[in-house]
Amino acid sequence: MAEVHLSKVVKRYGALEIVHGIDLDIAHNEFVVLVGPSGCGKSTTLRMIAGLEEISGGTISIGDRVVNSLPPRARNISMVFQNYALYPHMTVRENLGFGLKIARQSPAVIEQRVNEAADILGLSPLMDRLPANLSGGQRQRVAMGRAIVRNPDVFLFDEPLSNLDAKLRGQMRVEIKKLHQRVKTTVVYVTHDQVEAMTLADRIVIMRDGHIEQVGTPIDLFERPVNTFVAGFIGSPPMNQLEAMIGSRPAGPVAVLADGTELPLPPEFAGRVTADQAVIVGFRPENLYPAGHGIPAAGQTLDMDRTVSLSEPLGTETMLFLDFGGREVQAKMLNPRLVAPGERMPFKLDLGHLHVFDRASGKSLRA
Amino acid sequence: MSARMIEQPWQRWAIRFALFVALAILCIPGLWVVLTAFRPNVEIMARPPVWIPQHPTLDNFRRIFGLLPAEQQGLPVADYFRNSLVISVTSTIIAILVGMMGGYAFARFRFRGKKAMFLGFMLSRTVPGIALSLPLFIVWSRLGLIDTKIGMIVIYLAINIPFTIWLTDGFFRQIPVDLSDAAQIDGCTRWQAFWKIEFPLARSGLASAAIFAFLTSWNEYALAAQITRTTNAKTMPVGLMDFTAQFTVDWAGMSAMAVLIIIPALILTFIVQKHLIAGLTFGGVKG
Ligand SMILES: Nc1ncnc2c1ncn2[C@@H]1O[C@H](COP(=O)(O)OP(=O)(O)OP(=O)(O)O)[C@@H](O)[C@H]1O
Ligand SMILES: [Mg+2]
Repeated sequence: MAEVHLSKVVKRYGALEIVHGIDLDIAHNEFVVLVGPSGCGKSTTLRMIAGLEEISGGTISIGDRVVNSLPPRARNISMVFQNYALYPHMTVRENLGFGLKIARQSPAVIEQRVNEAADILGLSPLMDRLPANLSGGQRQRVAMGRAIVRNPDVFLFDEPLSNLDAKLRGQMRVEIKKLHQRVKTTVVYVTHDQVEAMTLADRIVIMRDGHIEQVGTPIDLFERPVNTFVAGFIGSPPMNQLEAMIGSRPAGPVAVLADGTELPLPPEFAGRVTADQAVIVGFRPENLYPAGHGIPAAGQTLDMDRTVSLSEPLGTETMLFLDFGGREVQAKMLNPRLVAPGERMPFKLDLGHLHVFDRASGKSLRA
Repeated sequence: MSARMIEQPWQRWAIRFALFVALAILCIPGLWVVLTAFRPNVEIMARPPVWIPQHPTLDNFRRIFGLLPAEQQGLPVADYFRNSLVISVTSTIIAILVGMMGGYAFARFRFRGKKAMFLGFMLSRTVPGIALSLPLFIVWSRLGLIDTKIGMIVIYLAINIPFTIWLTDGFFRQIPVDLSDAAQIDGCTRWQAFWKIEFPLARSGLASAAIFAFLTSWNEYALAAQITRTTNAKTMPVGLMDFTAQFTVDWAGMSAMAVLIIIPALILTFIVQKHLIAGLTFGGVKG
């Protein structure tokens, strides 16, 4: 059993505090992805779990052991580094077997475990090459192989795919997911790519400036972001966010946009907003669509005619740019047809999927 | 060879010829010393000079080792050779061990005063050693280190350690920190990670540092001439001066000894050179 628990974990470099007391509980065999913008402390957090950075405060435990002062070798973890960190003077075989050799396993055991890992990752034809003679994707695989041969309690990944080109990244992403299904282990995976986070994670941890902003399943985070930061971070293209003021109408509260458009709010916000409150209204591009080219809204829609300023055909869908509520927003067109810039089209905004955030704090006003 | 221009054969030969002339100019003095070491005195003094030894002989070597019947007393060259070897080898080994640790610390750890210290090491190299010879002499005589091998070893350490630190720092810096991290995750202690991963990768750098350190102490003359007196500690370059008397210079003996100085240096350089193959550090991490 290898749960990982972080409790009030702090990291300071001198007087500078980088990680501000984060709490996180990771279940046995769970795949948790840490995401956030550059410099938010993801790697630092991962390296603290690994034991490569000392922690300045709090507790980290793996399984039922507090590991605060244990060196990396005593934690039974393995880690895949962004730049792979293969030992350049060792062949693939030696790289894979190094950890077992250090652990004084017998040559027969090493041989067997190394071959097993090589089979899983398709490395068998490359065993006697040096890392310098491998492609980026192959090095990546060796790095993963080195991590799995030791049969660790926890796998740590620090942006393992960020040095690969887009196509290979997609392939490796799938392989990592398959690997996790096959070799069930607890995984903590760091990335700043929200697509990787969404596709791989059982749960996503969104970090910003050394704080955890939200923890939840990918769908949770997508549907119920707790603040504007998470709303903007998860989802591609990002959620449209418009400034608005709350107005009260007999039928319920509305958000009044800069151009005077009134958006009736979904019932879950009733009673949670006050008149004249400054808010941010958000909706995802897929909830604004040309009539007949979207997922039909279950409830109320706002219908309007708008001029398209730009269209981006992506094949199965086309992204449309138009002015709405005082700024440019993105709409998504399913079953697309060719749209010329300047074309005027009828749009529908699905009011059932509106998000409302307090403008001052950025926090979601949803119950 | 540049891709934009294919060389004509005549150009290639012209370049080779120019190189040959340049090298010849550089090498002829050395060659002359070697030739002189193998010929009798009459030939050395001959005018016009004789290029190819007509009567090659090993007598000059026999003489400086005192193997000839004493028509002239032999010099204690064997002692000088032993002193040189002991002093150079010891100071090189210590300088590499200490310098390697220092270089590693500079490359890997943060500590207070790091920059100032590093700069200090560099500045110490800008002071010509001989400028310090008088205070050195005074201090060494107080400490009783005059004319001792230890005294010379300490001096050469002071010269070589900063340089070794500087050189190895650069080599360790080229090795990504992640490799040591990965090794520690793979179960190594920091110490094991160093010896199993970083040391092998820095080996070429350490080898070049060792050559520099050895040659510096093997060839050093000025300070050794001040500090050493007798067969206790006198090194080969200092011993070379034994061949100059007030009015005469024993060119034959001196050349023979010069050859003895050059040979070990050449041998060592050839041995170590094959470790200088760089490039092993690349490929393990995405560059
Ligand atoms: N040794 C150090 N001394 C001082 N500050 C540091 C040190 N190491 C990292 N930091 C700072 O800590 C912060 C978090 O760094 P970290 O590497 O964890 O970010 P990250 O989230 O992994 O970013 P990225 O996505 O760019 O990898 C950064 O602002 C960085 O400048
Ligand atoms: Mg990072």
